[in-house]
Amino acid sequence: MITLHRVCQEVPGLTEEVLLHWLAQDWVRPEQQGGEPNFREIDVARVRLIRELHTELEVDEPTLPLVLSLLDQLYAARRQLRLVLETLDPPVRESLAETLRPLIAVEY
Amino acid sequence: MSKNPYETLGVKKDATAAQIKSAYLKLAKQHHPDLNPGDKKAEERFKMINAANDLLGDTEKRARFDRGEIDASGQERPPQPSHERKFYRGFAEGAQGGRYRGAGPGGADTEAFHDIFADLFRNQGQGGPFPGGTGAQARDFRMRGADQRYQLSVSFIEAALGASRRLTLPDGRTLDVTVPPGLESGQVLRLRGQGDPGIGSSPAGDALIEVDIMPHPYFRREGDDIHLDLPVTAAEAALGAKIAVPTPAGPVTMSIPRHSDTGKQLRLRGRGILARGDRPAGDLYVTLKIVLGVPDAALEEALKTFYERHPIDPRQHLVETS
Repeated sequence: MITLHRVCQEVPGLTEEVLLHWLAQDWVRPEQQGGEPNFREIDVARVRLIRELHTELEVDEPTLPLVLSLLDQLYAARRQLRLVLETLDPPVRESLAETLRPLIAVEY
Repeated sequence: MSKNPYETLGVKKDATAAQIKSAYLKLAKQHHPDLNPGDKKAEERFKMINAANDLLGDTEKRARFDRGEIDASGQERPPQPSHERKFYRGFAEGAQGGRYRGAGPGGADTEAFHDIFADLFRNQGQGGPFPGGTGAQARDFRMRGADQRYQLSVSFIEAALGASRRLTLPDGRTLDVTVPPGLESGQVLRLRGQGDPGIGSSPAGDALIEVDIMPHPYFRREGDDIHLDLPVTAAEAALGAKIAVPTPAGPVTMSIPRHSDTGKQLRLRGRGILARGDRPAGDLYVTLKIVLGVPDAALEEALKTFYERHPIDPRQHLVETS
């Protein structure tokens, strides 16, 4: 179980007060366990990203939700595209690749 | 990673601290791996940029580098945790990334392709929404809903005895999950029809719940059996006693035979993992551990007199086999 306290130990310079504020803003959504937030690795990585966006990449607080929302949509799109490709049977996949090859530069 | 840090940041050797910071910020914004999920090399570039900044952003280190005392790769990255950093993008595209879909509290489901797929399914056989598109396949489009993955932590006792738990999903729905007795960590429970709705007349997908079992402070599990180290007093061990032993299902009374010693193992049949299906219940193995307790002058005196009269060497066999 990764507690609020441990996340703050793992992410240098982060205080519990700030992290609680991010939870209240719904920027980070850990599971709840017995009334306490239980962070998963994905949540910790997201905390680290938010902290970097804020402190190093100069994204100020009013703009952060906008950046996060765009990122979430980007990742949702990538997740869905991946799922769609995984659903395709190999012959369909190959024929799709043939059709798309001239349109998209795919890196292998 | 031993590239010249000045080249990495694209600054001159006599750049001011402000110029270095500004160059670093510009590059960091451009190359942050989480902002470039499709670019496999972004992570490496980002690490190089950070390493260069750690070196040049620190006046003392920069001076030592300039004097040739340390090389570009001779630096540790101070602010990072000791283990290799895992970026957000490594998780965001997996099933667990679904937790961060949508626009926040009460926000609409903004799954980015939802509208495009809706178009695709609506335009079946009509040539598609775009000129030149074919879209002529499968008039009655049907597709089973997607499976959704969730994670659930349960206590050791819940896993041993079975339990029912209510999960609140990121979208506010709740799922009642029955945890069967004897569940093992990492096992996945499938709730049929609790995933995404199907398209057309197809069934909904399933909810797949990966269960993580938290360790117990004193019970250990081995298959269907449970092990417990049980502290007893010297008197209970030597004279025998009836004592209450904790088991996952609650305390039971157990007899300790006379002349027991530390390490003696006793079995409580059927007190381990609960029976399920045609698998019988596991056993609870209790290993005695003699505890002397608080120091006491009378006990000390008694022990001294006793061992003077009956000297024993409990380590004899260690000497003989060494």
